[in-house]
Amino acid sequence: MSPRTATATHRRGRKASAPPAPTATATTYREALREAHREAMRRDPRVFLMGEDVGRYGGAFAVSLGLLEEFGEDRVRDTPLSEAAFTGAGIGAAMRGMRPVVEIMTVNFSLLALDQVLNNAATLRHMSGGQLSVPLVIRMTTGAGRQLAAQHSHSLEGWYAHIPGLRVLAPATLEDARGMLWPALQDPDPVVIFEHGSLYNLSGHLPADPGPVDIERAAVRRSGTDVTLVAFGGTLGKALTAAESLAAQGISAEVVDLRVLRPLDDATILESVARTHRLVVVDEAWRTGSLAAEVSARVAEQAFFELDAHVERVGAVEVPVPYAQHLEEATLPQVPGIVEAARRAVGEDG
Amino acid sequence: MTATEQRSGTATERAAADTTEQATGTSGADTPAGLLRAMLRIRRFEEKCAELYSATKIRGFLHLCIGEEAVAVGVVGALAAEDAVVSTYREHGHALARGVPMTAIMAEMFGRSTGCSGGRGGSMHLFDAGRRFYGGNAIVAGGLPVAVGLALADHLTGSPAVTACLFGDGAFAEGEWHESANLAALWHLPVLFCCENNRYAMGTSLAREHAQTDLAARAASYGMVSWAVDGMDVTQVREATTKALAYVRDSGQPCFLELRTYRFRAHSMYDPDRYRDPAEIEQWKRSDPIPALTEQLVQRGQVTTADVEQWEREIGQEIAAAVAAADAAPLEPVEDLTRHLTSTGPGEGSAS
Amino acid sequence: MPSLGADMDEGILLEWLVKAGDAVHRGDIVAVVETPKSAVEVETFDDGTVQQLLVEEGQTVPVGAPLAVIADGHGAAPVEAVPAVAATPPVVAVPAVHPPSPVLRHRARELGVDLDQLTGTGPDGAVTRQDVEHAVAVHAVDRHPLDRHVGRPRGRGRVPAAAPTGRAGRLRVSPLARRLAAEQGVDLATLAGSGPGESIRAADVRDAAAAGRDAAAAGRDGRPVEPPATTPPRAEHAAPQDMRTAIAALMSRSNREVPHYYLSTTIDLHAALQWMHERNRELEIADRLVPAALMLAATARAARQVPQLNGHWVDGGFVPAVQVRLGFIVSLRGGGLLVPAIAEADSVSVVETMARVRDLTRRARSGRLRASELAEPSITVSNLGEQGVESVQGVIYPPQVALVGFGTPVERPWAVDGLIGVRPLVTATLAGDHRASDGATGARLLRAIDALLQRPEEL
Repeated sequence: MSPRTATATHRRGRKASAPPAPTATATTYREALREAHREAMRRDPRVFLMGEDVGRYGGAFAVSLGLLEEFGEDRVRDTPLSEAAFTGAGIGAAMRGMRPVVEIMTVNFSLLALDQVLNNAATLRHMSGGQLSVPLVIRMTTGAGRQLAAQHSHSLEGWYAHIPGLRVLAPATLEDARGMLWPALQDPDPVVIFEHGSLYNLSGHLPADPGPVDIERAAVRRSGTDVTLVAFGGTLGKALTAAESLAAQGISAEVVDLRVLRPLDDATILESVARTHRLVVVDEAWRTGSLAAEVSARVAEQAFFELDAHVERVGAVEVPVPYAQHLEEATLPQVPGIVEAARRAVGEDG
Repeated sequence: MTATEQRSGTATERAAADTTEQATGTSGADTPAGLLRAMLRIRRFEEKCAELYSATKIRGFLHLCIGEEAVAVGVVGALAAEDAVVSTYREHGHALARGVPMTAIMAEMFGRSTGCSGGRGGSMHLFDAGRRFYGGNAIVAGGLPVAVGLALADHLTGSPAVTACLFGDGAFAEGEWHESANLAALWHLPVLFCCENNRYAMGTSLAREHAQTDLAARAASYGMVSWAVDGMDVTQVREATTKALAYVRDSGQPCFLELRTYRFRAHSMYDPDRYRDPAEIEQWKRSDPIPALTEQLVQRGQVTTADVEQWEREIGQEIAAAVAAADAAPLEPVEDLTRHLTSTGPGEGSAS
Repeated sequence: MPSLGADMDEGILLEWLVKAGDAVHRGDIVAVVETPKSAVEVETFDDGTVQQLLVEEGQTVPVGAPLAVIADGHGAAPVEAVPAVAATPPVVAVPAVHPPSPVLRHRARELGVDLDQLTGTGPDGAVTRQDVEHAVAVHAVDRHPLDRHVGRPRGRGRVPAAAPTGRAGRLRVSPLARRLAAEQGVDLATLAGSGPGESIRAADVRDAAAAGRDAAAAGRDGRPVEPPATTPPRAEHAAPQDMRTAIAALMSRSNREVPHYYLSTTIDLHAALQWMHERNRELEIADRLVPAALMLAATARAARQVPQLNGHWVDGGFVPAVQVRLGFIVSLRGGGLLVPAIAEADSVSVVETMARVRDLTRRARSGRLRASELAEPSITVSNLGEQGVESVQGVIYPPQVALVGFGTPVERPWAVDGLIGVRPLVTATLAGDHRASDGATGARLLRAIDALLQRPEEL
């Protein structure tokens, strides 16, 4: 897929250089998600959405605003605050042939449903010797950066990416927000989609009929020759901003958007490292046992003799995410930290 | 039907291919004699399991339902073919009563590829999608939300099927039960909640785990029709289940049955049973559903002792054949280890 | 013995509830068994008469072992109370009164001691921990004549961790640079790194390759470089006569040009050999250590500590080597000798040193050494331990500036802390080039070797 079919304004205000395509319409990440749901529910009567406040309220992040009015209460179902029950209900309904989309308000609350996700959704096919299929999509908001403090700021994508039997996606662009849901619903296995809370207001242009995107491969969002910056979800914009800054310093950074957190697209990562020989992995999660750790390990395993520098990781400081703005900023990966790591990797700041 | 249902060929084919398979739990079980024979079949099967476990033929955890056969036969035998069953890790009886072939169950416990879960599940995870038997779930209360979802799909598609979910008194203390009960009642979903109350959550007695031990009364507080039933009397269980199923089908509302029963053996094979008074066990054994019904039916002339002896022989042969078949069955090739992880075939490449 | 849980391997028969002659029925409780979890009742799955109890109370038996024989009452062949499982080990004949504790069994397994073979010295003949460890010590002395002073073994020797990268003296090279250097034939030791911590990166290798091998060898800015090999010609082409001639020339030159001084010291090998024997218990026979491996490893590390002796005399001045390339003399069966070198010898473990010595020696003797393995060492060891000599006053291989010699380890009376005992001793000697160093420096090297051999676990 081409990384340039969508133009986006990332949080830091970076304007993409390509002009909008003639038929493009202005949209946001939130609206793109909503359109994806609308399309899916129109195309397939088996698709329904359930979760806390997805109906009358319009979705905690307004993703499903207006869907209740269009599709009715049977297909846009407000649930009680019962993450285990409605996630499990999604599993049961999927097993029975429906195509449910379960919205868990945030990843923080998904811990109340983790039993269902791990012990049932991810496990049933294998444990039953291939008899059962769970074509379920679970969406949830993830991430920090909005001064929501420790219990509302987790980045647990890596926990879910740890689980065999799941596919885990992290749309970080408008086109992925718009295009990932439909192929996820076509997957006969459970898919978890993580939407970073800082992305809903991301704005830009999308073609009128953008079509689905692939949910197999990582994407090179910016080409470069000196160092590879791997990022996903909420950190993609920071990595792209860092790449701009590095370019001004004469360092050519390639930015790889993981997009698919499980199964990881090793090939795209390894090909990039084979070009640049240096790797910086950016991950908003705590470093220990993180996706950044996994990517680093795979590169060490499979591209050791391509490396010309230590792998650098830029992750969160290992504390519960604090409320105060300056403390939260200090906790999370930021652009200057990414730039420094990249400079260390290329040996500029030995 | 749905993609899920179409996918269920394996178990069905296995059953069809299995010419040694004797009468299943459901066929002929409508009569009192049929109910008795079905219970006897489960009892003898599980006794054999205990022996095979001691001999290390069956490994892992093994939970026997000896003493609780009336629940398995009375509840599961009353279901229609289109209905679904979601069960627990003490599910051999449920599976047999549902008609899952004994050969497939035994082979599963032997870890063989001919097992009803291809050797990946074992005693606690018997599955048969073709018979809508959605397994042994070994997380206490973990099957309840799934049962609600199966019923949700039936509700949304207008199917008349009912989902029967069996769980224990231990699960009644879990949040997943209360969430599921609330959701099913709130959304009017066709779930038959069957709480198999054997009075012990592993080693913790009912009174030590519940502030209010009248579980049916508590279930009723969710706005569900709830009945307490003598789970040691198969006829009563059968009757209550039939009524409850009719109610759920007619009203589209969930229903709750508390089946008061008792397990005669320990929680699992590795349980010294320190928490129960032997006198209590002996007391309950006097309500053993099998001899009680046998005596009753013989007195009424509905069954002769010769009939029972004949059943014992048949069941013994069926079990012997299942054991022999399991012993001779092939192991799943290790190369297929990651098969069935996802629908896309073996493994996920390096991600697996 | 029935399996009563997935993690049960064996059980202790605590109590029989039946005796020979008793009638039993399927489901009867016939015995009580102690498992790691607790006492559990054992039921029989057969009807019949108990013919014989096979296991005494207190006896530990593995899961699957028959406990009793039950005759089926119809005069047919006796059946076992519990079906025996194929391929289970036979009943363990441990004295019934005091079965060894799990801790002791574990220790015995760890040390490779067969508990059945032991005579217990504890109360009522129980086997004690001391018995197990004593068995190991006796066994060790039997195997290793040098090790007669080994008392009760200490804890198992810690496996020396692989040397961390970035340690002083070890080249820091990026993986890509290493690969490129191998592909392009660039000697990494000749490069100065431009990366973090002066690590060598791909760009450094590419620069060097572009500048050409000769330029690289000539060095830049007077940095230390490796002189061309001056050891005897390559083994595969060397006729005995050529080799003799080459040795003659080199040794004559050494005697003519190099003003040697000699030092010697006696080193107590007690700690080193004890450690070695413990270590050997964990190693495959093919990997087992010999004392020379420890002496070589100690010498390599000592050479790093005393860099004035690790290098070459080039053009009237001493040039320290950037790494320790430890040469060791291999005498060939048909006469003559070769000096293969262990690269970066100061950062490889003792086990690895042993492996390389074995490999290089074997290939030296079969004429299959590569030229790079014969490239000039930075210091050489002559170990005549096998030849039964007491000490070695060697001749330095120019342009090296030191040669360390080891004689045969021998047992001698030796005073430790005021008490005389018998200890394994070795005489270590140093031949030093007086142009490059003085006796005090040489003494430091020998002291360092001695100190390192007293702490073998740190090697």
